Formats: sequence, C-alpha cells, structure tokens
Amino acid sequence: MSDTSFPDATGRFGPFGGRYAPETLMAALAELEAAFRQAWADPVFVSEYHRWLREFVGRPSPLYEAVGLSEALGIRILLKREDLNHTGAHKINNTVGQGLLAKRMGKPRIIAETGAGQHGVASATAAAALDLECAVYMGAKDMERQGLNVVRMQLLGTEVIPVTSGAGTLKDAVSEAMRDWVGSVASTHYVIGSVVGPHPFPLMVREFQKIIGEELSEQLGDVKPDVIVACVGGGSNAMGIFYPFLDSDIDLVGVEAAGKGIETGKHGASLGHGTPGVLHGARTYMLQDDQGQVHEAHSISAGLDYPGVGPEHAYFQDAGLARYESVTDREAVEAFHLLSRIEGIIPALETAHAIAWLQREAPALAGKTVVVNLSGRGDKDVQEVVGLSSDPGL
Amino acid sequence: MSTALASMFATARHAGRPVFMPFMTAGIPDQDSSPAVFEQLAADGADAFELGIPYSDPLMDGPVIQAASARALDGGMTFLGGLELAGRVAGSTGKPVIVMTYVNPILQAGPDAFAAEAAALGIAGVIIADVPFEESADIQAALAGHGIGMALFAAPTTDEQRLRAIAEAQPSFIYAVADLGVTGRRQETSRHLEGLVRRIRAVTSVPIVLGVGISTPAQAETAAAIADGVIVGSALVAEVLEEGAPRSGAAFAAAVHGTAR
Repeated sequence: MSDTSFPDATGRFGPFGGRYAPETLMAALAELEAAFRQAWADPVFVSEYHRWLREFVGRPSPLYEAVGLSEALGIRILLKREDLNHTGAHKINNTVGQGLLAKRMGKPRIIAETGAGQHGVASATAAAALDLECAVYMGAKDMERQGLNVVRMQLLGTEVIPVTSGAGTLKDAVSEAMRDWVGSVASTHYVIGSVVGPHPFPLMVREFQKIIGEELSEQLGDVKPDVIVACVGGGSNAMGIFYPFLDSDIDLVGVEAAGKGIETGKHGASLGHGTPGVLHGARTYMLQDDQGQVHEAHSISAGLDYPGVGPEHAYFQDAGLARYESVTDREAVEAFHLLSRIEGIIPALETAHAIAWLQREAPALAGKTVVVNLSGRGDKDVQEVVGLSSDPGL
Repeated sequence: MSTALASMFATARHAGRPVFMPFMTAGIPDQDSSPAVFEQLAADGADAFELGIPYSDPLMDGPVIQAASARALDGGMTFLGGLELAGRVAGSTGKPVIVMTYVNPILQAGPDAFAAEAAALGIAGVIIADVPFEESADIQAALAGHGIGMALFAAPTTDEQRLRAIAEAQPSFIYAVADLGVTGRRQETSRHLEGLVRRIRAVTSVPIVLGVGISTPAQAETAAAIADGVIVGSALVAEVLEEGAPRSGAAFAAAVHGTAR
C-alpha cells in the first residue's frame, strides 16, 4: 500500500525531499506553499487552471493505439499523446499552473531553468499569455544543441540567459535560476520545471502534472494495462502519469538515460546508479563522488542530462512502488527513428528513451498491454539526430 | 557551543571591538600558496576565519566565489583537503577557523564522523549555506557533541517568528545576511542592514555577524558599528584570484576594528 499523503509537513517523502535552501529563500518557500495549498483548494482557481488546459493547451491529450509499433514489437502499445499539447510537451501543464499561481501571488515576473528548452518554451508561452515578465536560464551547451527552442523563447518575449558555469547544462541552469531567485524573490516566482527542488516544488509540480494520469485513467475505460512507462530526467512526466496509478497493480517503469553506457560513468541514471544526497534543495538519489561533490551527468537528451531526480521517485524506488531502468544514447536514437518511420510520430529524444526500453524488452513484454507517456515531440531534436548519423562515437 | 567561539565573542563584546572574520576559499590561488593567504590575513588583523570549502554546486555564491571554487577544485582541492587546511590554519595562526560548506559533503561523511574529524583538526565552527534551522538539528547536535559550534542564518526576509526559532536553536552566532542575493560585491551598503540587526537584537543576545555584500572598508565600518562581527568575502577572494594575495586585508581589519583613520 502506498502512502499518497506524502509529502509530510516537512516536505519529506519518507527519507527524501525536505527543504535544504538558503535562509533568504525560506520565507518565499513558505509563502509559496501556503499560496499553492490555498489555491489548490479553491474551486475557482482549479476551474481556471482546467479552462486553460482545455482552451489553451488543448487537453485532454489523446490516447492513441499505436498499431504499427504494436505489430512490430508484439506488444499492445497505447501512447498518451502529450506531444500534441500546445508547445509540444507535457511541460505546459505545469507552467500554466505555476503562471496562474504567480499572478495570484501578485508576482509580475517569473524565471525558469531549461535543459532541452521545452520547459523554457512552456514558461515563455505561459508568461506571454498571462502577461508576466519572463527570464529563462539555459546552459550554453544546451543553447547550442537546442537552437530552435532558444529562438522560440525569444519570439515569445522571454530573455534567454546563457549559463556557462559547470558543464553548461541543466544542473547549472537550475543553480543559476536559484541564485537569481535569492536576489529577486520579492517580485519573482521561480517556475521550476520538474518534480525537483526544495519543498513545496516537488509536491506542486506533481499536482500540476497528475492530470496526465487522471485523463489516462478515464480514457482506458475497461482496458487494463500491465505496464506504464515514461522517461525520467527530473521525473515530471513520469510522476504525472504514475501518481494516479500508485495503488493499482500496474507495473510502473521509469527509464533513465544510460548515456554512453553505465560502465563509462557518462550517464544520467541517478536512481539506478546514484546514491542518496542533497541536490538543489532536496534529499534524493544523485550522481556524486565519495566526498559529496556532484558529478556531471551525460545524455544525448538535454532533458535527461541531470545528476539528480525528484525526491518522490527516490521514495517510489525504495518503497518498491515503481522501478527504474535505463537505455543508452544509441538505443534512444534507434527508437527515435523507429517511432518516426512506423507511426509517423517524431518523438523528443527524452521520450525516445521510453520507446527504446520497450524495444529492448519486447520479448519479455510479448502479448502485454503497455501505455507509454509520449511526453514530447521531437522537432527540436531533428538537427541533433541528423548530425549524429555520422558520429562514430555514438 | 564551541568554547573558542564563545570566548572570542565575549572578549569582543567586552572590549567593544567587533570581530573581523574574512572569508577565503581553500585552495586559492593554488594549493601550495593557500596557507600563506590565511596567514597574511591573520597578520592583517583577522580575528577568525570563514574558510570556504570549494563545492561543485555553490548555490548561494556569486560569480567571484564560484570562480574561486572552480579554480580550487581544478587545482586538486577536495572536501577533506579543505578540512585539513582549516586545521593547519588554526594551528599556524592560533585563530578560530569556521569552515563554510554545503550540506551534501557532510551528509556523505555522516554528521558524526564529520564532527569527529573536524574536532580532531581543531576546527572551531561550521557554517552550512543550504541548511536552514529546520534541517539543522541533527548536524548541530553531532557538532556540539564534539565541541564544535554552528552558525545559523537570518536574512532580511526572515520574520520575527523564525528569528525566535533560530535564536532558540542556540547557534554559536547568527550569520545575518546583510543583503538579498548571492555573495558578491555591492556598490552600496544594504538598506536592510540596520533593520535586520535591530530585529535580531530584539529577540536574542546571540552574537550577530554580518556578511554578504560587504565589499568596501566603508561598508565594513558601517556594519561593524552595529554588529558583533563582520565577514568580508568576495572583495578579498577577487584580489587573491587576480593578484595572488589579499591586498586590502589590513584596510578591512582597521575599518572593522574602528582604528581606520
């Protein structure tokens, strides 16, 4: 039996989570928690959020029977089409929610971090629609590999701020956004993009993303899947689709980035191959050395290139509520091609990790019914993948 | 509570002479020259040190200390190496050394093992940038068990109820964050300075040390007039990064001690 009353009053999911934040932010985190709990209990706010999801985001997203892929792999495969949301990924469910909350709190400015650029675009979009000022922190390396999304954010009126510290990826963008927030907290809300960070962020982002699983539950009708699978970087799309099914006997599988291979050390598999520690304000599984310095992650997918993971996933893993596997860059790229050719759906490289796991595990899954959270579309990755076909290192 | 820190603050208060506590990253300008930086600051008039152990993800730090951390780590400085340096500086200068770190390395070592190691090295106190008082109890207890003090933070955004709770946790001193924002240089003295100190004094007699954004001797003098101690970080760290040694240590010491002309 799972405990869905988590997090507790201190923001903990069992031994994970918490609020390891500079004192300067503590008042803002308390204010945010109070504002969120009040808004989420207010039918007016909730119906406004659902109106935005319906009319602006385009929800509900379809559940699609992937006949071609099913035949190819010998598994019945249903795709939860988050890629069809406005801006092309699940991220907008959360940014619309947090944008509305920022307005309710009277904060005229939002900031966000982004890896693949999807959360940045979703934040920029919500900011434009809700008349909020917006700045997005993005690693310099990610700006290179996700150039299209940089332009999209700029078109939406957002300032994209390059982050050159560390490896110039998602971890460094989160750190830089938090530094901004430490100084700007009076006028600014930090729209964190995943179920990570100090309490109440993991709770709040879960609540704004669980619409995915709630819709799925209705759309399934009498169909009873054996497995629900989703990719995991920070873990927001997986959390959104897993959470309403925690008490079912469905096998919940998160797929992390094995990067160039777990044995090379160049990967993003914090749950599968990390150890507990504190990263970005929460205790969770993370990649680190024996003296507690954070390791750089590696993944071909900027959205999974992160050395930590949401604390509630850490709890799920230890409590046996979900399990976490990983696939390599190479397997993900293969799956990217497979889904594009067979189904006419170009997935995000992040999402391709979930497809790749299916492809690898097909013999064991024969005859079963599997739902894949198709968390995002892959337009942003086309250039990267084309460039890779000639990369002998992959 | 560390007796070294308690007696330092008691003496300072008795003499009406605030404590000058420079912050310096361990391992800059390079590992070999790092001890000499602290020794020079002691000669300049430092009463104690905040020794920054370089961390891969220094959330609370601005560009100068980020750069210092990165340079120190690239030069081979480690968490344990930083602790050893702190012990060496405590020995060679006879001044209390308070190490500043982020929480994760302490959790990896285990709070009790960390406290034992720090005590064996002669470290007087610990400041943990990402531990607010809600998350501090276990670590503070482990440190206290080995006679090591811990500072807790108060910020301009900390309300009266929190200030009371922070004071009740009995830190060795309250690190009052003089300005919103990460560590780094500021053009002007924070407008939050006096109000924050007044609000803390209203609820506790725990010593108050002001830090963050104090980057000129004039700002340090203003801060020293109202606090028990003053931390100067980025301004001195920048000098070590750029010139290999802290040039203005003596000027800051004089400003804090009220002996500037």
